[in-house]
Amino acid sequence: MSLSKSRKERLVVLTILGVLALDYPLLALFSRAELFLGIPVLLFYLFGFWLAFILLMAAILKRKGVEKP
Amino acid sequence: MIVSWSWLAPLISILYLGLLFAVAYYADWRAARDRSLIRSPFVYALSIAVYCTSWTYYGSVGRAAVSGIGFLPIFLGPTLIAALWWLILGKIIAISKRNHITSIADFISSRYGKSPVLGGMVTLFVVIGIMPYIALQLKAIAVSLEVLIRHMDAGWTTNVPFVPWRDTALYVAMLLALFAILFGTRHLDASERHEGLVAAIAFESIVKLGAFLALGLFVTFGLFDGFGDLFGQALANPELARLMTFEAIPGGYSSWLAMTFLAMMAVMFLPRQFQVLVVENVNEGHLRQASWLFPLYLFAFNLFVFPIALAGRLLFADGSVDPDTFVLVLPILGRQEWLAPLVYLGGLSAATSMVIVEAIAMSIMVGNDLVLPFFLQFRKALREDLSGIILTIRRGIIVVLMLLGYLYFRLLGESHTLVGIGMVSFAAVAQFAPAILLGIFWTGASRRGALAGVLTGFLIWTHTLLLASFAKSGWIAVGFLTEGPWGIGWLKPEALFGLTGFDPITHSVFWSILCNTGVMVAISLFDRQTAVEQIQAQNFVNVFQKGARGGNEYLWSGFVSVRELRHLLARFIGPLAAEEDFAEYHRQRHLQPSDDAQAPANLVAFAEKRLTGAIGSASARVMISSVVKGEELDLQGVMRILDETSQVIEYSQRLEIKSRQLEAATLQLREANEQLRELDRMKDEFISTVSHELRTPLTSIRAFSEILRDNEDMDLVERRNFTDIIVKEAERLSRLVNQILDLAKIDAGRMEWHEVEVDLPLLAREAIDATRQLFDNKAVRLINKVPEISCRRMADRDKIMQVIINLLSNAVKFCSPGTGEVCIEWRETGEGVGLAVVDNGPGIPEGELEKVFDKFHQVNQGGMEWPLGSGLGLTISQRIIERHQGRIWVESTAGEGSAFIFTLPHPEPSS
Repeated sequence: MSLSKSRKERLVVLTILGVLALDYPLLALFSRAELFLGIPVLLFYLFGFWLAFILLMAAILKRKGVEKP
Repeated sequence: MIVSWSWLAPLISILYLGLLFAVAYYADWRAARDRSLIRSPFVYALSIAVYCTSWTYYGSVGRAAVSGIGFLPIFLGPTLIAALWWLILGKIIAISKRNHITSIADFISSRYGKSPVLGGMVTLFVVIGIMPYIALQLKAIAVSLEVLIRHMDAGWTTNVPFVPWRDTALYVAMLLALFAILFGTRHLDASERHEGLVAAIAFESIVKLGAFLALGLFVTFGLFDGFGDLFGQALANPELARLMTFEAIPGGYSSWLAMTFLAMMAVMFLPRQFQVLVVENVNEGHLRQASWLFPLYLFAFNLFVFPIALAGRLLFADGSVDPDTFVLVLPILGRQEWLAPLVYLGGLSAATSMVIVEAIAMSIMVGNDLVLPFFLQFRKALREDLSGIILTIRRGIIVVLMLLGYLYFRLLGESHTLVGIGMVSFAAVAQFAPAILLGIFWTGASRRGALAGVLTGFLIWTHTLLLASFAKSGWIAVGFLTEGPWGIGWLKPEALFGLTGFDPITHSVFWSILCNTGVMVAISLFDRQTAVEQIQAQNFVNVFQKGARGGNEYLWSGFVSVRELRHLLARFIGPLAAEEDFAEYHRQRHLQPSDDAQAPANLVAFAEKRLTGAIGSASARVMISSVVKGEELDLQGVMRILDETSQVIEYSQRLEIKSRQLEAATLQLREANEQLRELDRMKDEFISTVSHELRTPLTSIRAFSEILRDNEDMDLVERRNFTDIIVKEAERLSRLVNQILDLAKIDAGRMEWHEVEVDLPLLAREAIDATRQLFDNKAVRLINKVPEISCRRMADRDKIMQVIINLLSNAVKFCSPGTGEVCIEWRETGEGVGLAVVDNGPGIPEGELEKVFDKFHQVNQGGMEWPLGSGLGLTISQRIIERHQGRIWVESTAGEGSAFIFTLPHPEPSS
């Protein structure tokens, strides 16, 4: 039940990044009634970032050999 | 259609629930045979998806239809916090497992000194806060069933006869209660894990996701021509185009932020989430994968929410259909007779999974933290088996909870949209977040602080959300909302202290969390914690530190016999289980169980933990204190013991470090000593060998000189002969002394090396010329096979020359005159370039191959009187070659001659 310090730091930074990216004012940049590739820009941004966030999290949490606490 | 959906729909609902029973039963059956179905991070992640209720299933689309992407924070919040799960939940899970904690109320109560008041209060608030949420699920089941029956039977018209089917909700509620009782309260177990339940929940998560994705695909690609077509049509409508921006969200960005925060807390601290995440967790490591698998599930679930909402708005432009039922109505509109019931079952699975887990989690909380403390007050003294009674109490609680939920739904059912109620419940459980999060990271958080904080937060929640919603439904005069209670303006529930500009949820969250945290921190800073509080605070905050464990043992200093303790445990978990536990305890510590002995402190602590699993920490503490005679330790006593212990631990750690250093030093010394002794031995050996070697020529010089001196009448020829021998021996002596000096110089590192560019083949030819005479003298043939090439290396010319001459003269010594043949060859390998000197002499026996390079080693020549060499030439050659980073070795077969080979390495690419 331990995670190396650098991985913990990466997770915390990732969370901060997520909170910043998914709130005002960054979100306001995409609040337009337009389509991008046939999808509303706001929806495209939110789901795109969402998926990227999940993939990053999976990459950070991936098991790499035996860990030292 | 001939069959009537008015009985077909209830039938498939019952069949579906039957399937659920079967899944749960099968999983329990497998678990009993030790072939668990749920030991996988995927099942764990799916069980966490109990987060997606009918509120997600029907309500998200309803919300998206009126406020655009305003539904998303409820799923983005959990995604964001999931990145920190390993840090927060990992700790909570570890604490809960070590302390046998089985509910969120127990967690808070246990952290703050096993306070029964705090546990009871948290439980009460959970019941008040979650009841509407359960009612909401029952409503969703009833409404969806009604919609399905009406539209499937009538075909699609906007004008359908109304069939009242309200009481389905009651039957469903009772069936779910039965499920919860069967799979959630079968036995009183210290870990409160329910494999059948988890398997069923995971199964339901697959059903609801599958059904929703099927619907999304049908709507997007069946009713429309893909995303482009759907969004294109929506964009053309100004009202729907507005939904694609932030303008459509009531409360705007502040509301977005507040909902994200609420969802972050709710996904961990809703009773059902705590149950599946912490209590039902099989393996702490599963959290690692679930942290991203669960957000992925949410992502998939939400892909089609907005498209479905837009489709509903486009197809029912007249507003005749409630957006909360779009999910169910759209497949009926599309005349999908298979998809519609499937979608209905998806909604049913979303609702039932939530209700079942919530009911079980709440029955444990209500039973352990509300009912039992009172019950035990009256039955403390009775010596009876209480485990059956406790289970009966829990079953009763489940039934009562379901009935309450049903009543709530009948009374308040029509007044709220689905999403509204859900957010109110989220805001209620968020009040536990400060007590839990501060509690696991800050030892200073005190019981009184937590109590006051939770109470403050909950009062503000009640005022700003619960009472306000009552006022909106007309239960309280509307004046409460518009004028403030008793006409006091600054107490208006949706504009507390005159704060306006937020939507009601944001407003409530801001005030309640601010005051909750503020009060808790302020009181904790000025509070004095009791002994139990301090120990529990250490246990929780430092759960991962080795020394932190065992603090519990200092909690009890009274006297109790082992028998009494076992009887107490037996009353709650049954005599058999208690017997086994005690036997296990003694076996692990290699102790002889003795009933009459006084129980050691850690056995008391052990029994308390087992009891905690069954009846909660507060009640467990009360029960243990009822049998332990003598006083609890006071604060000073505990602190003294803790101080002493930590000092002892520190000393012993320092001692350990010291002794490890000493050990290392001893080892180094021993090695050095060993080396010295070896050197000493070698020196002795060397001296004795050298003196022996020097003595041989000296002896002969002396002997011949004496002969010459004593026999003056010796003839000239003989005299010349003797003098020659004396000269030869003297030469040999001086050569030997030179070689010894050389070797000593090399070994001491005092030899001077002059590195120049040396052409090896040329050097070989020069060496051959220099030794030609030797070969001619002994009539040994010398064959030069070194090619006429040029190959340059940086080396000490004279020393390499010495090596070649050494090898050549060595070879000639061992060859027989006349038939002897020495061949010098060129060698080029991956390792380097060099020369080989091959002779056809007697060769070297296999056992001696390794030793020929040793000092003064003389190959046993069998009967030869005079040693042929000094025994130092090869040793010196070896040192020289090694100094050039090269390698020298010998290959030989006895009787067929031998080959001495040396190579110098290829130059480094850089030099």
